[in-house]
Amino acid sequence: MRIRPKGSEIVEGDLTPMIDMTFQLIAFFMLVINFSDVEQDQRVKLPASELAQPPTAPYEHPYTIHLTSTDRYIFGGRQWNEIAQLKSALLAETQIIKRHTNKKLADVTVIIRADEQAKTGVVQEIIQACQELEFERFALRSKQSDQRTIGGG
Amino acid sequence: MTPMIDIVFQLLVFFVFTFKIILPEGDFNIRMPSATSSASSQPSETPLLTVKLRATPSGELARVQLGEITFEGEAPFGQLHAAIREMIPDDGGPDSSDQEVEIEADYNLKYRYTMNAITAITGYLDEEKNRHKLVERVRFAPLQKK
Repeated sequence: MRIRPKGSEIVEGDLTPMIDMTFQLIAFFMLVINFSDVEQDQRVKLPASELAQPPTAPYEHPYTIHLTSTDRYIFGGRQWNEIAQLKSALLAETQIIKRHTNKKLADVTVIIRADEQAKTGVVQEIIQACQELEFERFALRSKQSDQRTIGGG
Repeated sequence: MTPMIDIVFQLLVFFVFTFKIILPEGDFNIRMPSATSSASSQPSETPLLTVKLRATPSGELARVQLGEITFEGEAPFGQLHAAIREMIPDDGGPDSSDQEVEIEADYNLKYRYTMNAITAITGYLDEEKNRHKLVERVRFAPLQKK
């Protein structure tokens, strides 16, 4: 009978459950990943509405203006406290549209993502500033809700 | 097996770092030309309804008014919605209403109340979660800073 030398054997753990788990995690992330360039800002907590529905077709070159609860305007990655500063940034954008495209400003959608605690008057100031620059289409953004948000029967 | 596990872990790390939670969001689309150009636009045949939203000094909702009717107390937006539904029949199918509503809100009113008003005015979901439209033409009254 042959005697095996003791202590020279490498013991490998069973990696199968770990690999199974890892593949399941990869499958999960692959399914939920979203590469679309959605402009969301964590500083803005949107008001809820059960009627809010995602646009049926994506807007063509929309402009997104965020308004925080402390009335700070965020546009194109920059933020300001004064509406005049936002307006001059928008004015620069309108010049680009007028010079480099044949699109009318009235056809460009301005998405307004205002915080639920923001003042309505400030939202109106944004709309007014956009109107003065000849924008006409606005999308007031809210988060979708499964609950009835207006109360009552 | 080690190279395969390496690749798998790298894939996992990539997906973990590129993962971002996107909350479902939706829009209320309004077309609001400036006052000068809207004067030349075609006027609505039906009279304009005005919804006034009055705020307390802290920005909370004080009361809601639809014309001369005032809604206060429990669920004012529910009451507003009921009044709008009485005025505007929605059984004529979608896009049947030519009614325009103007929202006149106090400057310091919290935006969520304005959004509630827009929700109450523009439509509702029935028991089967079907969407019914009421008023599609909503606009803001000219800004009055207080």
